[in-house]
Amino acid sequence: MPDSHEALHDASAPLEAAVVRFAGDSGDGMQLTGGQFALTTALAGNDLATFPDFPAEIRAPAGTTYGVSAFQIRFGSRRIKTIGDQVDVLVVMNPAALKVNLAEVKPGGLIIADRDAFEPRNLGKAGYATNPLEDGSLAGYRVMTVDMTRLTEESVAPFGLGKKAADRCKNMWALGLVYWMFARDRGPTVAWLKAKFASQPELADANIAALNAGHAYAETAELPADVRVYHVEPAQAAPGLYRNVTGTEALAWGLVAGAQLANIGLTFCSYPITPASALLHTLARLKRHGVVTFQAEDEIAAVCAAIGASYAGSLGVTSSSGPGIALKTEALGLAIAVELPLVVVNAQRGGPSTGLPTKTEQSDLFQAVFGRNADAPLAVLAVRSPADAFDCAIEAVRIATKYMTPVMLLTDGYLANAAEPWRIPSMQDYAPFPVRFRTDPEGFHPFVRDPETLARAWAVPGTPGLMHRIGGIERDHDSGNISYDPANHHRMTKVRAAKIDGIANDIPEQTVDQGPTSGKLAVVGWGSTYGPISRAVEDLNAEGHEVAHIHLRHIWPLPRNLGVLLAGYERVLVPEMNNGQLVTLLRAEYLVPAEGVSKVAGRPFKIGELKDALLDALARPPHVTPPHAHADRSQGAAA
Amino acid sequence: MNEITPRAPLAPKDYASDQEVRWCPGCGDYAILKAVQKTCADLALDPAQTVFVSGIGCASRLPYYMATYGFHTIHGRAPAIATGIKLANPALDVWLITGDGDGLSIGGNHLMHALRRNVDLNILLFNNEIYGLTKGQYSPTSRQGTRSPSTPGGSLDRPVSALGFALGAGARFVARGIDTQQKALPETLKRAHAHKGASLVEILQNCIVYNDDAFAHFTDRAVAAERQIHVEHGKPLVFGGDAKSGPTRGLRLNTRTLALEVVPLGEGGAVPDDVLVHDETNRVLAGLLAAMQPPELPIALGVIYCDPAPAYDVQVAEQMAAAVEGPWPGPVRGNLDDLLRSGATWEVA
Repeated sequence: MPDSHEALHDASAPLEAAVVRFAGDSGDGMQLTGGQFALTTALAGNDLATFPDFPAEIRAPAGTTYGVSAFQIRFGSRRIKTIGDQVDVLVVMNPAALKVNLAEVKPGGLIIADRDAFEPRNLGKAGYATNPLEDGSLAGYRVMTVDMTRLTEESVAPFGLGKKAADRCKNMWALGLVYWMFARDRGPTVAWLKAKFASQPELADANIAALNAGHAYAETAELPADVRVYHVEPAQAAPGLYRNVTGTEALAWGLVAGAQLANIGLTFCSYPITPASALLHTLARLKRHGVVTFQAEDEIAAVCAAIGASYAGSLGVTSSSGPGIALKTEALGLAIAVELPLVVVNAQRGGPSTGLPTKTEQSDLFQAVFGRNADAPLAVLAVRSPADAFDCAIEAVRIATKYMTPVMLLTDGYLANAAEPWRIPSMQDYAPFPVRFRTDPEGFHPFVRDPETLARAWAVPGTPGLMHRIGGIERDHDSGNISYDPANHHRMTKVRAAKIDGIANDIPEQTVDQGPTSGKLAVVGWGSTYGPISRAVEDLNAEGHEVAHIHLRHIWPLPRNLGVLLAGYERVLVPEMNNGQLVTLLRAEYLVPAEGVSKVAGRPFKIGELKDALLDALARPPHVTPPHAHADRSQGAAA
Repeated sequence: MNEITPRAPLAPKDYASDQEVRWCPGCGDYAILKAVQKTCADLALDPAQTVFVSGIGCASRLPYYMATYGFHTIHGRAPAIATGIKLANPALDVWLITGDGDGLSIGGNHLMHALRRNVDLNILLFNNEIYGLTKGQYSPTSRQGTRSPSTPGGSLDRPVSALGFALGAGARFVARGIDTQQKALPETLKRAHAHKGASLVEILQNCIVYNDDAFAHFTDRAVAAERQIHVEHGKPLVFGGDAKSGPTRGLRLNTRTLALEVVPLGEGGAVPDDVLVHDETNRVLAGLLAAMQPPELPIALGVIYCDPAPAYDVQVAEQMAAAVEGPWPGPVRGNLDDLLRSGATWEVA
């Protein structure tokens, strides 16, 4: 089945997948529109991936290019692993939205534009000297212009709204049109509008009228010959109950689930930072589930309060993005030194410094694994997709509490905001791992370790008979009292490392996601590159190549069999949204001649970019690497 | 984990840990440690429910010497860690030990926020106006012109007032004591403990090595009575004299300058009408008292301000209790399976 644009020309064949992008001003309600389209699409049984793309400015001046907010959704009858390389249908509410998003549209793709918004003032703000809808510059695309503003105003006229309120229904008019195009049911959105505007029924009625008007317009108007209804069959999916979930939601719920499985409280301490803040917002609404949230005065206070909470017997969790994690670093050393459980979520973004706050990157791997003074090891996990955040969060809590250690959980700006369908698990499917606090004073020594895990006992203030002192000064390996003894420090350094290394025996062996378990080429990824790598490898294997995809959840310690596994391939390729971090780690750990594929553009890999890089690797004889290829510092194969 | 049998009364020494105390001989910290241990004994605190948290510096070593729970953390961050402890378990009795560098320089931000949030902490700020543990650099409370290894030509920056800072941050309890005053200091600490919310006690502490006699101009026996005023709620603000004469001077407000000034008492210690009566709930008066500096005005000691307001950790627990519809900490009401299934879902057969 054709994937998209070709099929948009084909009058009969169902589409296997399509990419739609809604774009408009920050105030045009594009995120709501996209969210509704995603929900309706999910209810229609398609698999999907969504990604909101919004500006760092909160309410940039209307009509400007830097105020454009967009929402992209890819959906289909096959497994959807990315948001799509190129856009099939672009809906633009003004000239600025067209200007910013045109480059994403496939040649020959469909552009639906509100002709009323393409007036001189808006054209000027977007930097157009002439109207692109009329000057022929869109000749390589199919363009459908509609007087959307006027038609919206007419459709809501009976409800007596002012012009401004009437125009705000324009997004629903556009949604109605797109619903028609993909044969979507308007019912769920009607229900949603009624609930959203329950206290303002005239607004609900107006928005519903606009939605229906857009739909009716498409049904009855003389549309261009190649604009018609496209059918996308339901995707094959395992039986069960599904929902859409963003990475932030799945992560928040996973933390709650982890704390419940550990049978302890959850104290979440954070400081607002893009793109991590949504986690604080989500958890702040879960008090009913026993979540205490604390907005601290700064990043340092946030991690310190979380450490204090863990000391007092709760699970302390803090979250941030790279710059904030940098500020937390000294406190992480304390948590490592006193050996308390802690989960640290890093929603990575473009850097260094303030960098690209709203854009995604995965350049904090070094920071997570190595980024502290002294020998200060901790465990590092990475989330691969929005729904995967749930299981990763549970695993982070399990490791933190079992090994009395901080765990860094890496997500990124893409994962935080992106959504995908999720087969909802039952909590009964998860094995509990209840924490056993030390209560017996008999033979209690604060730093005596469990021989298997090397974890010390968790002895919580308030427990009779266990009074003891801990601190950042090196501790005696037994009593925990201050010790400056050289041999003790050597021993403690070694045991801190051995404890973290030992986690490798308690995590699954690395498996191969797809492709052969040895052979010519393995692609090793981590984090949110899962989708594009998976699709690129799948495509190449379908074309007769033999490529393996290995995707890491456990970044530190690495899975115990990974070195042997990688040794079985002639060539190892590591695509990353950074300048070559995992590739360096793998080379250092295993002396494998791994090569990097680097993209640091604030946005995910495109499948095509990866396929090109893989084909290039396949074409070269093994162990002949281009200069500096391991980190690809010169050009960036996919940039 | 509740104890059922009543504990035998503990003596001050029972609050001492087995660790050797490692401050310089003659350091004021010994006296403060003694006063703290006496306070614990007088209040019959349960060592298992008591936590001493500290940052970095000479003062912050104190938790190692207490037979309670103790957490020696990192520089300046103890207020944040203590806040986390109270969030997780509001029932714990948390004492925070800090110094002028730890609390007012590197940790000034955290101290400000612990105070304005009114977290239920007993905060003891040891002020010796110098960095001791790093060998004698000037501190944020050092007086202008302080010569130190980092300021050989004398320090230029003006000092911060610990109590002025605390009042500015919205503290509901501020007090001041002197390390060696073994009668007055435990009483002040008991008041701080009784206060529900953040209580800040500045303890003027002599650093015998790097800043000896920094407070001698009002602690020396010869001048102490004339340069110290022990304030007490509801009592006239009088000082001076000796045991035989009784107080000889008082404080009144100059209504023209809105400043405090010293007035002599009348014959036989008669207190003129315009001598102020200490009202510890009066924040304006507290500000004036906290700012007094000898020799012009006596240094104010004791509870300068106490005006309780709801404690942050208590309010957090109340919000939680309302959310879980039961006692907090306690069982959780929300069902996670229900949460995962909230909102729009669909079934695939």
